[in-house]
Amino acid sequence: MNWQAVKSIYVFEMARFFRTLMQSFLSPVISTSLYFVVFGAAIGSRIDQVDGVSYGAFIVPGLIMLSVMTQAISNASFGIYFPKFIGTVYELLSAPVNFLEIVIGYVGAAATKAMFIGVVILATSALFVDLEIQHPVAMLAFMVLTCLSFSLLGFIIGIWAKNFEQLQLVPLLVVTPLVFLGGSFYSISMLPPIWQTITLFNPVVYLISGFRWAFFGLADVPIGLSLLAIAGFTALCLGVIWWIFKTGWRIRS
Amino acid sequence: MAMVEIRDLRKKYDGGFEALKGVNLDIEEGEILALLGPNGAGKTTLISTICGITLPSSGQITVGGNDVIEAYRAARNLIGLVPQEINLEPFEKVINTVRFSRGLFGKPRNDALIENILKKLSLWDKRNSRVMELSGGMKRRVLIAKALSHEPRVLFLDEPTAGVDVELRRDMWDTVAELKRDGVTIILTTHYIEEAEAIADRVGVINSGEILLVEDKASLMSRMGQKELRIDLVDPVAEIPSALGEFELSLEDEGKTLLYAYDSAAERSGIGRLMAAVAGAGLQVRDVATSQNSLEDIFVGLVANQQEAAQ
Repeated sequence: MNWQAVKSIYVFEMARFFRTLMQSFLSPVISTSLYFVVFGAAIGSRIDQVDGVSYGAFIVPGLIMLSVMTQAISNASFGIYFPKFIGTVYELLSAPVNFLEIVIGYVGAAATKAMFIGVVILATSALFVDLEIQHPVAMLAFMVLTCLSFSLLGFIIGIWAKNFEQLQLVPLLVVTPLVFLGGSFYSISMLPPIWQTITLFNPVVYLISGFRWAFFGLADVPIGLSLLAIAGFTALCLGVIWWIFKTGWRIRS
Repeated sequence: MAMVEIRDLRKKYDGGFEALKGVNLDIEEGEILALLGPNGAGKTTLISTICGITLPSSGQITVGGNDVIEAYRAARNLIGLVPQEINLEPFEKVINTVRFSRGLFGKPRNDALIENILKKLSLWDKRNSRVMELSGGMKRRVLIAKALSHEPRVLFLDEPTAGVDVELRRDMWDTVAELKRDGVTIILTTHYIEEAEAIADRVGVINSGEILLVEDKASLMSRMGQKELRIDLVDPVAEIPSALGEFELSLEDEGKTLLYAYDSAAERSGIGRLMAAVAGAGLQVRDVATSQNSLEDIFVGLVANQQEAAQ
């Protein structure tokens, strides 16, 4: 393994993050605050409790997941798309590095950034509601795995995208709807029976459910299934990336 | 064993275009090889395939004895690449992009070495500038600094002086000469024939994906180089005097100049006899000059011949 290369990619990518640290830090703080004003105060005041948890607290895991997933995807997809766009990808292709080293560097940096945002949102949330985390280790594990797997997905999108519009397409048209419909702001049990069944086809449901279980011990689906879902998703993304580098799809002519 | 060995290399793109049609080439350690060829000749494809950016359709390439596919790490460790396009991260500082390149090649941070490279390329003062603040010529220097950051033994320069001012071009030639002194093997592609003439040891001509010729520059020029003798006369003549009939002469400049074409590699050039005959014919000579065919003439002739043969 060329760990020096992994470190270089990671440091170079993190430098991009630190150059815009204020934006990186402020935007999740502001958007989280807005969610709390709208969902927590305005709507939440009419919804008393969900399964014994105050509505304001109930939405925290979903809020964190929403940001972590979109941030992981956008960071990772931009991270690898930008070198393709400006042409600096030649350096990666002609360096003595293999796909695993490139992926660890880029995905590691994107996941770190997403993790940072997740922690910022968690801290901001604690200013608005009383939070009690029942299973902190599981909470951390779910967050790390989500950051990683969605960064892997973002990496694939970045390789696939041929322009900036495509770069936005998947996050906007696929991920955001799946997250909103995945129980970020409600419990699946609040839906009519038919929708409860349909919702189970949404992979994000398993992630949010597992994450919420780590906070409150409440879950829409069994926790084992949640773990299986995220492990399966990570494996799928890794498989696709392995294939991309094996064939050189959209990177090596 | 040559530093770079290319055997029957073919590259066909997905669209069906065949960019390389069975290229064979040996590049010796420590030499400077200039690859000349018109646009679309396959120069960049050849370099990209050696460096790992493009996958070959068939054939074999080794660098320092390492197969570029099977032993890509060992092969690529030896290679530095300066691409044709100015591809740089615009928002990053100069020194950081150069450090990044070194790290990518698995080498530990070495500030003294990077400082030395940046100073040689007159970039040290700009080390903390963002890349986007630099001029085009400066950006090209950054590309070279990046390519040299991991101390390569083989350096590919893909049209390094395209769109570069005269001063920078001279600087770049000096840098190349210095690298050669350190034993670095250098392959450069260029449109500028004067560049090949000025710095190359050997010259290769590539066109339509085929290597037409690879030869020592000096022997190439003397082998194919026709020379011309210009004799300026004090008084113009209406026609070539009959006493000079045995020489192949032409008259120019309203009878003021006699032109004599000869082969500089031939045993006897005939210049001595010609000058004696000119004096014998009573012509007064104002000035004499010789000129030699340039690589450019040779190059244009080769490419034209290939195109004729293809038709």
